[in-house]
Amino acid sequence: MTDVDVTEFEHEAGFGDYFALLKPRVMSLVIFTALVGLLVAPVSLHPVVILSSILFIAVGAGASGALNMWWDADIDAVMRRTAKRPVPSGRVAPEEALAIGVGLSGIAVVMLALAANLFAAALLAFTIFFYAVIYTMWLKRWTPQNIVIGGAAGAFPPMIGWAVATGGVSVESVLMFALIFMWTPPHFWALALFMRADYDTAGVPMLTVTHGRRVTRNHVLVYTALLLPVALGLAFTSIGGPIYLAVAFVMNALFLKGACDIWRRDETVAEADNYRVEKRVFRFSLYYLFLHFGALLADATLRSLGLGVW
Amino acid sequence: MAIKTEHDMHKRRFSRNLGVGLVLAGFVALMFGLSVVKINAVGPIQGFDHVVRPELTEREQ
Repeated sequence: MTDVDVTEFEHEAGFGDYFALLKPRVMSLVIFTALVGLLVAPVSLHPVVILSSILFIAVGAGASGALNMWWDADIDAVMRRTAKRPVPSGRVAPEEALAIGVGLSGIAVVMLALAANLFAAALLAFTIFFYAVIYTMWLKRWTPQNIVIGGAAGAFPPMIGWAVATGGVSVESVLMFALIFMWTPPHFWALALFMRADYDTAGVPMLTVTHGRRVTRNHVLVYTALLLPVALGLAFTSIGGPIYLAVAFVMNALFLKGACDIWRRDETVAEADNYRVEKRVFRFSLYYLFLHFGALLADATLRSLGLGVW
Repeated sequence: MAIKTEHDMHKRRFSRNLGVGLVLAGFVALMFGLSVVKINAVGPIQGFDHVVRPELTEREQ
């Protein structure tokens, strides 16, 4: 009689591992920003069309996450933050991640074309291509500006949401794109400042590794200053309003102050308090984006109740 | 020694099967709902279904 060795199944993946392959935390941000982009647009859709479209945008984002995990398994394995991901930990085979990524990309794009329109589907296809090929395969390991250009991939969802409703592009959707695009560099560089060892070990050319931490601090300040006119400018478009203007005013003042605090510090001070300010600014940047898009939604609600100011 | 039927492997496989099953069921339900919405959006549709429809033939004539 042959013995059955169950140890070979020890690392078999559960459903949660495949779900983790889709980067659910990134997906939640995509769902939120795409939903806001869709709901603030001046065209109303049936709730089932909204639900389907958001779901397929989320599936597309998840698919690009799976492709990213397939390609980056080697560097994920050496970084503490990412070593437990399904592929580097051996629970999901790289080929499985690739197959899931390609399969779900196709399903998401075709289904979005059927649920919404061809333009939104083309934009989703381009976003997946941009994140998986332009960012993951090309820019990430090649240039310290990887975060800046790669941030575009994360900035497309509200534009796709807007395209689902209107079938096109407008100044409002471009500004929503620009808001996330300009927000990404200070957000990630604040993280890179206190996750230094990880990127060093992996050999990813983060600005902190290639140009040093002084230059990174300067960049955080400059990009936060450049973000300000974009964030405030959105307030004066058709989707802006008093709530958004108030939120943008307060949050940008606080973000700029945080960036100044990062800029004023040097490594000795930062190491002494274990990167307290950098960690605070990184956490704040998450609220920054959430509140800006939340405020757009609040103003849209006011308008729908006939209480819009402009 | 008693044979232990419930190994951790079985739990993981069950979670996978259940997960895939629920995702597929959800997809079918969503497609059904989407089809209903899209078809209703076109407006009232009436065609021949092997029964004489005087109101259609009269309009064509």
